[in-house]
Amino acid sequence: MAKAKPRSEIRFILNGEDVALSDVAPDETLLDWLRLEQRLRGSKEGCAEGDCGACTVLVGRLSGGKLVYESVNACIRFVGSLDATHIVTVEHLKGRDGELHPVQQAMVDFHGSQCGFCTPGFVMSLYGLWMRSPQPSDAEIEKALQGNLCRCTGYEAIMRAARAISGYGKAAKDPLLAERKAIAARLAALRDGRRVEIGEGKARLVVPASLDDFAAVYEAEPKATVVAGSTDVGLWVTKHMREISPVVFIGGIDELKGISETGGAIAIGAGVTYTEAFSRLADRIPTMGTLLNRLGGEQVRNMGTIGGNIANGSPIGDTPPPLIALGSRLTLRKGAERRTILLEDFYIAYGRQDRRPGEFVESVIVPLPAKDEKFAVYKISKRRDEDITSTLGAFRLALAEDGTVASIRIAFGGMAATPKRASAVEAALVGKPWTEATVETALISFETDFTPLTDMRASAEYRMLAAKNLLRRFFVETTGTKAPVQVGRAA
Amino acid sequence: MNKHTSPNLKAARIAGAVHTDQRHDSAHKHVTGEAVYIDDMPEPEGTLHGALGLSTVAHATIRGIDLSAVKTAPGVIDVLTAADVPGENDISPTGRHDEPILAEGKVQFFGQPIFCVIAATREAARRACRLAKIEYDELPAVIDVWDLDPTEDKLVTPPLTLKRGDAAGTIAVAPRRLKGRMRVGGQDHFYLEGHISLAVPGEDGDVTVHCSTQHPSEVQHMVAHALGVPSHAVTVEIRRMGGGFGGKETQGNQFAALAAISAKRLGRAVKIRLDRDDDMLATGKRHDFVIDYEVGFDDDGRILGVDYVYAARCGFSSDLSGPVTDRALFHCDNAYFWPAIRAKSAPLYTNTVSNTAFRGFGGPQGMIGAERVIDEVAFATGKDPLEIRKLNFYGTRERNVTPYHQTVEDNIIHRIVAELEESSNYTRRRREIAAFNANSRIVKRGLALTPVKFGISFTATHYNQAGALVHVYTDGSVHLNHGGTEMGQGLYVKVAQVVAEEFQIDIDRVKITATTTAKVPNTSATAASSGSDLNGMAAQNAARQIRRRLTDFAADKYSVPVDQIEFLPNRVRVGNQEIPFPDLVKQAYMARIQLSAAGFYKTPKIHWNRDKGEGHPFYYFAYGASCSEVSVDTLTGEYVVERTDILHETGRSLNRAIDLGQVEGGFIQGIGWLTTEELWWDGKGRLRTHAPSTYKIPLASDRPKIFNVTLADWPEAHEPTIHRSKAVGEPPFMLAMSVLHALSDAVASVADHRVCPRLDAPATPERVLMAIERLRAEAKA
Repeated sequence: MAKAKPRSEIRFILNGEDVALSDVAPDETLLDWLRLEQRLRGSKEGCAEGDCGACTVLVGRLSGGKLVYESVNACIRFVGSLDATHIVTVEHLKGRDGELHPVQQAMVDFHGSQCGFCTPGFVMSLYGLWMRSPQPSDAEIEKALQGNLCRCTGYEAIMRAARAISGYGKAAKDPLLAERKAIAARLAALRDGRRVEIGEGKARLVVPASLDDFAAVYEAEPKATVVAGSTDVGLWVTKHMREISPVVFIGGIDELKGISETGGAIAIGAGVTYTEAFSRLADRIPTMGTLLNRLGGEQVRNMGTIGGNIANGSPIGDTPPPLIALGSRLTLRKGAERRTILLEDFYIAYGRQDRRPGEFVESVIVPLPAKDEKFAVYKISKRRDEDITSTLGAFRLALAEDGTVASIRIAFGGMAATPKRASAVEAALVGKPWTEATVETALISFETDFTPLTDMRASAEYRMLAAKNLLRRFFVETTGTKAPVQVGRAA
Repeated sequence: MNKHTSPNLKAARIAGAVHTDQRHDSAHKHVTGEAVYIDDMPEPEGTLHGALGLSTVAHATIRGIDLSAVKTAPGVIDVLTAADVPGENDISPTGRHDEPILAEGKVQFFGQPIFCVIAATREAARRACRLAKIEYDELPAVIDVWDLDPTEDKLVTPPLTLKRGDAAGTIAVAPRRLKGRMRVGGQDHFYLEGHISLAVPGEDGDVTVHCSTQHPSEVQHMVAHALGVPSHAVTVEIRRMGGGFGGKETQGNQFAALAAISAKRLGRAVKIRLDRDDDMLATGKRHDFVIDYEVGFDDDGRILGVDYVYAARCGFSSDLSGPVTDRALFHCDNAYFWPAIRAKSAPLYTNTVSNTAFRGFGGPQGMIGAERVIDEVAFATGKDPLEIRKLNFYGTRERNVTPYHQTVEDNIIHRIVAELEESSNYTRRRREIAAFNANSRIVKRGLALTPVKFGISFTATHYNQAGALVHVYTDGSVHLNHGGTEMGQGLYVKVAQVVAEEFQIDIDRVKITATTTAKVPNTSATAASSGSDLNGMAAQNAARQIRRRLTDFAADKYSVPVDQIEFLPNRVRVGNQEIPFPDLVKQAYMARIQLSAAGFYKTPKIHWNRDKGEGHPFYYFAYGASCSEVSVDTLTGEYVVERTDILHETGRSLNRAIDLGQVEGGFIQGIGWLTTEELWWDGKGRLRTHAPSTYKIPLASDRPKIFNVTLADWPEAHEPTIHRSKAVGEPPFMLAMSVLHALSDAVASVADHRVCPRLDAPATPERVLMAIERLRAEAKA
């Protein structure tokens, strides 16, 4: 239990105003609250599942004492998760004198809107980009816009606007620049170290004060829905209309956001978002950076967590296969008790993980490949970016001095009911010379390891063929070729 | 905009004239979130919210409906079923009485609305929908048209045959002939704003419906029929849509009708805004087609005769499937002269949502059939497809009669393609790509240049009319209204430019107002790319009437001949003096001159006899061409569009900035249709791609890496259109065919260009990889 008495209000800042809400349903979304309660109707609902970005707002929070702003999808973000944050909506951008913000003016001048419905979301995503990278490259702009759909413009005019924003001067009137210090101080003041508890029964939510507090709460209420980034649970509410109470919001727990490297392994806290994990992983394991670039849109990467991606057990989660191939271990915690297991052992069957009631994923420990090891992860999806995987393969290879396979770990997503190792393929490769002939001979073993399904993302036939071909690609990439092996924006 | 500023009386030109780049009239409101869409309007006090209960099976008779739990759910006020429709339970836009508002006795597709819940909140209504217990006796469901027989199986509307010459005879004696079959997928509109209607009851049983629709007059008529009241009791209004693309031509009728019925029953405003998934399940899409073709040609690749059957998945009702499948046939020639042709449509009944209008309206599917035939002939003769294309283009003075017996009088495709071929360095790049592919084992490149010729006019001749209403107030400011709707395409600003031009006043003196059936009646849908052609002309007509009255008034008052009166920017020269426009208007008012006019326009020259398959259905044609280069990963089928060059024409454009946006946007939407946008039904006939998580429209990162778009500066409409401009809404969509054919070209490289890849659409990475596998197998065999 937290030492201080629980608070019964969620407190945050909306644009300029302080907000304290004691009447918050655990499943109330930020978008509904903005549009219905606050009558702020600039943010739009396009899909209510975090894919189109029409509802994009910025959320400011203190991260290691620094104020950072990130774009999020208000449609799947819960109000209960907003404690000690600063919500910035499109209504906040225009100057008091009516002058448009540089981001807005550029969008007007370069004809970046047609029907205009997606536009507030684009403005907010571009605003978030401009704040951290005033002179972005085309690749940066495209990445920042992966979570924003426009059906009218074909994006070209938006790209022209995005490239031009920095030419509109330093934007002395930018509200967030002007307010920055004051906002940081106000947010710091909102962090009072108290647990938040609101409501009971079907309308109960808890925001634990700390990691220990979370462990205690969850042990006491093991049937609670644990929500970190809400990129999955958000849809349980908006699409499946499931009851999720009681809800424990853990997105604000700093102790779950640590990343540290010791002894050739990186430990990643379960609450680390994809965005936060990106630079560290991309730096140490570049192919993971490429993968994270294609996982969700910017908003989802700002919300979704590594822990959530692991814990929900989806067969098409993007991070488990590479983490399994790397030989990662999970730290699970229940109350004060911790245990560590291999990630691959966590997945028992579809929808079933090795996790006891009240137990949660605290961190994942990712061994780094040795210098002479080869590691790659490849994602295949119908649309290159912001799409759910149809097949994803990860490979970690160590060659012996004689050119034979000393060890290889291969894991796939989208090929079975859980993320799964290709044990038969591995067995067919180990000890053999790493040659095209060996690879070709081993391909048949995919059919031992996997019996993929046909669904809207891909047929079983394609999944199997593509999976085999990813091993072929890995071979070609590890043995060197002048010609390109993959297509891509940067290729 | 619209701030009160004094007009510049010395200006050489007005602000906002025609042929100038003008921003979208709402751009500054779009970027601030201040543009009001229907869901953003302040709700009248006590507004209730509706949600729909949808069928969970594809085809069944309904044995029982138990809504007791729905009715007692928290917040529920009312539940409607078919029996509660006071007037006709039908919204068939063509009067075929085959499309109920709410299902009655049977359901014919997965997602068909069966009941409507009205509750205090939208969430309460949505939650309550889930509590219904509906018992079905399932019936066999027809989902795909691949195995259907166009001559035997059920059609939703009578088919069309186009015929010129003896196709069968010509093909039979042709030096070479081949036949094949292709599949081209449908497409969800994915307008960012889903369907929405807000109905507000009035006195005497009147109702006003704010509806996100491209066709307010039809919504008005449908609501009136559903209510069993005259049309005069219903007013439909729309300021702007968050995208339409054809998806709001007829598909809003259902929700408008249900909102209006509920509003009248309960005496309270009712809003129905669909959840995205419900929207994608319950509303129609672009038709997918299976196209059978047979072609006779000579050794040079000159096509002599073509026989086509275009079979379309229409869904359970006709909706617009008749005119859509007709337009597919109208474009089975694209830009090519088929010396002998027979083309038949088969608008087939299926147990899927009733397909509807979508940008191009069947035209794109028609053209895809033309381009496949070109590809087949190119591979059969071993020539570059571009050579075959050019060889078969329509002539200018001969070889210029279409399959529907209209002579092409404005053909500029030769010059468009010649200019693009040069500016895109087609020939050099063709060589470079061959060299690249020879040295690249896994990644292969492909290149294609495809033309577009698109017929402009509604093929339903009576739709080619429009009205406008123009008021000049005594301060010289102008109120503009017309029957066209704004869905982002910039119609409002273009028509305002036309009116500003007529009066020679700055465009900020012209107030753009919401489309409403109360101001301009009996309008046509804003569709068929005709918005500015029709409404621009109608508004010009209205403005000219007033200008004429002002001219006559000035001539009379100042005793100068009419030919010495000239409308200069923001002023009028009357003999030797210049009078500010507002002053002249004020004087005219004092002299009791009418300062308001209703304008009207009907497109001349067009006629169409469907029974004979002959006529002049199109006022003119719009032309363009594109050249695309792609890279394909032959291990996974993934691809990237490396570069696209486009040369498109919109005549003497009213507003090149707006037109450029239409070309770029149309092209990217077309890429989506042909690549990643896949509608996928499971074994039970359930559409499983009904949200952006599963249905993938293009992203910014799907644009061509290099994208050169040029609006040709030399064409001018052959006919006296509005300021000699041409339509732009639909034609650029089909420029995306170059991407499909570039993919096909890359695939062909794995078999040394000896086998036609017959790459169907959408060419998902899976389809591309499977085509590669097939070609490799065929090349070995």
